[in-house]
Amino acid sequence: MSKSYYDPADLRKFGEITEWSEELGKKFFDYYGKVFEEGALSAREKSLIALAVSHVVKCPYCIDAYTKDGLQRGITKEEMMEAVHAGAAIESGATLVHGVQMMNKYKKLSM
Amino acid sequence: MSLKSLKAREDDLSSPQRQLELLSEGIFEEGELPTFKDKIAESGHFPLKPKKLEILQLNLGYMCNQVCSHCHVDAGPDRKEVMTKETMQQCLEVIKNTGAHTLDLTGGAPEMNPNFRWFVEEASKAGIKDFIARSNLTIILANKKYHDLPDFFKKHNVHVVSSLPFYKREKTDKQRGNGVFDKSIKALQLLNEVGYAQPGSDLKLDLVYNPSGAFLPTNQAAMENDFKKALKEDFNIDFNSLFAITNLPISRFLEYLIASENYEDYMYSLVDAYNPAAVENVMCTNTISISWDGWLYDCDFNQMLDLKVNSKVKHISEYNEDLLNDRNIIISQHCYGCTAGAGSSCQGSTI
Repeated sequence: MSKSYYDPADLRKFGEITEWSEELGKKFFDYYGKVFEEGALSAREKSLIALAVSHVVKCPYCIDAYTKDGLQRGITKEEMMEAVHAGAAIESGATLVHGVQMMNKYKKLSM
Repeated sequence: MSLKSLKAREDDLSSPQRQLELLSEGIFEEGELPTFKDKIAESGHFPLKPKKLEILQLNLGYMCNQVCSHCHVDAGPDRKEVMTKETMQQCLEVIKNTGAHTLDLTGGAPEMNPNFRWFVEEASKAGIKDFIARSNLTIILANKKYHDLPDFFKKHNVHVVSSLPFYKREKTDKQRGNGVFDKSIKALQLLNEVGYAQPGSDLKLDLVYNPSGAFLPTNQAAMENDFKKALKEDFNIDFNSLFAITNLPISRFLEYLIASENYEDYMYSLVDAYNPAAVENVMCTNTISISWDGWLYDCDFNQMLDLKVNSKVKHISEYNEDLLNDRNIIISQHCYGCTAGAGSSCQGSTI
């Protein structure tokens, strides 16, 4: 048993989750594969979205996977960093928009 | 990036034997990953046998004006191995009688062989259907004596296949050396000017893309679109096809993988991406590779690992196509590089 919560080598074992729940695991990976196929959005665009979301959900496995995926697709480091900022802007915006709630409550409680 | 070859640095990895040991130790020895032999046996492809011979690939020498960090040949200005005129003459005899439809000249920089032009003139008389020269592009601008290469290639209807790792300067220069991108662009423009890859012209110019790091190439067609769009918009360059080639874990690319601690992950990536359909068309089944000193190999990679063909016939001086076609192809773990994803060969994807 590893003494750290995250081991980079565990990403290779992701598929093993199917062993303990074959039906759900299979449905998930079929769905996952389908999502990232070329569609109305290109596979390249989806890779950048996945990279941004990986940062927002702070998944180290996903960041490794979609940085590599981006490199393979010829996505530049400037594009990758802009995607990360897009994710970060939404995440910080989601925090800051709660400021309105704070302001509302402040006003309500104040004379 | 080192400016010297592994050989000139007397690095351990300049020894083919040491490379083969590394490729069989660790994750493969401990059974963490299957050996290539076991993997292809699963789909009934062992022993790997040749199909019809289509391509004769001649390595005219390991001398090169560049020292690329991924080079599987360990080529560079300090490599003095070049094919002699005598060996070229033996090759010409074979070319006149071969059943292969493609002649593929590689190196090093094949143009640096002092008898390159004589050989191209002679070989072009043999009526080979597709006559390829693999050019690193910068050689055209490296010295005045090479400036007329585009016209020379045109005169002999040579199909030019050129390396350009990426359509942006940074990645290209990182892999191939500072200034390589600008020179490559200029050389491509010169080839276009004499008619290469122009509408209505038979002169073919293909580019080779190979990843600048420890990752695999993606879809060749998508990459070709990106390259075509960027090179046309930014530099008004045209080319015919893009070949996406996977870097094989040998020589200087192996050195890079080990030094950057990417070796195991890279081998996992190759094995995970193993595609039995790619084994069907792997290039060693339709190619014979001939070294600067006339030895015969299943491919250019086996040449660099000094794995000579498993046949009674091992040298150009005793070449016999029927005997050679009856051989078993020699394999090791580096072969996973040609069977990953959509497959990889000197002609790009194989499926």
